[in-house]
Amino acid sequence: MKKEMVNEATAPPESRLPEEEAMIEIVDMHKWFGDFHVLKGVDLTVKKQERIVICGPSGSGKSTLIRCINRLEEHQRGRIVVDGIELTNNLKNIERIRQEVGMVFQHFNLFPHLTILENLALGPIYVRKTPRKEAEELAMHFLEKVHIAEQALKYPGQLSGGQQQRVAIARSLCMSPKVMLFDEPTSALDPEMIKEVLDVMIDLAREGMTMIVVTHEMGFAKSVAHRVLFMDFGRIVEGNTPEEFFKNPKHERTKLFLSQILH
Amino acid sequence: MPSAILQNHEAEIRPPVTSVGVIGWVKQNLFDGWFNTLLTLVTVYFLYRIGPPLFRWMFMDSVWFGPASECNQNPGACWSIISSNFRFILFGFYPYDQQWRPLLAMLILFGFLYYSRDRRRWTKRLGYAWIIGLSAMGILMRGGILGLSAVESSQWGGLPLTLILSVFGLTAAYPLGIFLALGRRSKMPIIKSLSVVYIELIRGVPLISLLFMGSIIFPLFLPEGITINKILRAQVAIILFTAAYIAEVVRGGLQGIPRGQYEAAESIGLNYYLTMRLVILPQALKIVIPPTVSILISAFKDTSLVVIIALFDLLKTTQSVLSNPEWMGFSKEAYIFIALLYFLGCFSMANYSRKLERELSRD
Ligand SMILES: Nc1ncnc2c1ncn2[C@@H]1O[C@H](COP(=O)(O)OP(=O)(O)O)[C@@H](O)[C@H]1O
Ligand SMILES: [Mg+2]
Repeated sequence: MKKEMVNEATAPPESRLPEEEAMIEIVDMHKWFGDFHVLKGVDLTVKKQERIVICGPSGSGKSTLIRCINRLEEHQRGRIVVDGIELTNNLKNIERIRQEVGMVFQHFNLFPHLTILENLALGPIYVRKTPRKEAEELAMHFLEKVHIAEQALKYPGQLSGGQQQRVAIARSLCMSPKVMLFDEPTSALDPEMIKEVLDVMIDLAREGMTMIVVTHEMGFAKSVAHRVLFMDFGRIVEGNTPEEFFKNPKHERTKLFLSQILH
Repeated sequence: MPSAILQNHEAEIRPPVTSVGVIGWVKQNLFDGWFNTLLTLVTVYFLYRIGPPLFRWMFMDSVWFGPASECNQNPGACWSIISSNFRFILFGFYPYDQQWRPLLAMLILFGFLYYSRDRRRWTKRLGYAWIIGLSAMGILMRGGILGLSAVESSQWGGLPLTLILSVFGLTAAYPLGIFLALGRRSKMPIIKSLSVVYIELIRGVPLISLLFMGSIIFPLFLPEGITINKILRAQVAIILFTAAYIAEVVRGGLQGIPRGQYEAAESIGLNYYLTMRLVILPQALKIVIPPTVSILISAFKDTSLVVIIALFDLLKTTQSVLSNPEWMGFSKEAYIFIALLYFLGCFSMANYSRKLERELSRD
């Protein structure tokens, strides 16, 4: 039942139609932490250039779900296919997928011992084998894109939270990922810094990046997402276009949740 | 507006004289309350009682050069026990006319250490230079080629021996310790248990017993006719011993790195080796600089334990001089001198580690 619900998600607005080809396919995926059943059969197909916002109460498994997509967590049943490669124990495949999937964390996780520039150039130099000079040019390009080029030689500890999160986004972009995963990217930020990070994410959306964003920023969901999913107790309870999702939530739990966060 | 002007004005007012400058410092640090005042006075009294006589003993009434007989007539320190036996203390039984060779080797070592103190100079080229430098030192010490007469390692002794044991011991133990720490945190059960067993076994025995095993028990298991250099055996024992302690300190550092760092590294596609080398270890090793240096310092001093397997390190050569009837009774001076040398070594290490910490601080 829930599976149909997700798949029948109504078409997003014409102007930003995703392609038909699937970028990520998750089929009946289960995950346990010890005896604790965290994800209880998740089905989700993300098309190329599609943008998905996931919301839901704390502990419902949102982080775990997106962390399974780049194998920071291992799923125990079902299938996850990213860009045509299935996630198994094959280390080579895991590394390949990680190179294609960018991830932005709630707490930025910049490398504190490296300058901003080095943080960005690390992946290109050591994973993509880009020559150092080229990698640094690439890094500067993305730093300009997130409006922070003048901080290139500072260390993360010298930057504000909003700046650090923009650096973290730029660090992922340096690997030219095909998908970007965001795990509550603004929830550790002071209110006045949230906008600068959301603006960068909106820019990314305009350029056609495939994105899965766990967030409770409903304004962002309304203006950027093709689909909004609601998760509870390890399941995707419902998913719909933002218009429908906010106007006509179908499930009681969704209604309750929305009333709590929108008031 | 008026309040802003007022604040500006207030900022101009200088602090009272009694809280700054020499007077302020003295007041704050020495006479801050009756208890501190009392402590200051007591300390000054003892310094007054001890300082001048000590100074007289060390510098005014002392004999710097000259025979032991002169010392016996003099109330002051007998520094000539050092000056008369200087070369034996420093070089032990190394052939007298060849002692320029260990001297040169030590100068090369000090030169390299001094040059390498700046982290910006740590390049691959410097690494190769070190290899060449160490080989040159080895050739100087051993001889047997390039027209240098061969000197058996059983004749090595004094400061060069102490330095060899320390420098090789510490530089080999450090990476070995890191591998053991990584092994202990490995997800592979075999590697993990091997590391744990190794670390706990080694930490469970004193260094002396390892040295004994290396020098007495180990050769019993070797086929007849094969002998392994005694210094090498002591060296290996020191390395194995120190590595176990470094491993535990490094493990502590690794535990201090948040999981997010691993995840960020992995999510940009770095594999285990690169994650460790580029992200985790640089941070973990930095956190544990102070305890690591403590271990290195005590390992440096512990090299003196090799006396028990009859190697003539710096301490042993000094003791040998003291057993000479002529110089008996001047052990104070000899030990002060040795303590000074050891102190210089330890103090430089401690100082260098503080410098490194300052340079690596990122906030
Ligand atoms: N490493 C872990 N070990 C055990 N339980 C975990 C672990 N990570 C998350 N959990 C549990 O799994 C559930 C889902 O967590 P999470 O995916 O972080 O939820 P959300 O992101 O929706 O708040 C929570 O109950 C959490 O306590
Ligand atoms: Mg979460």
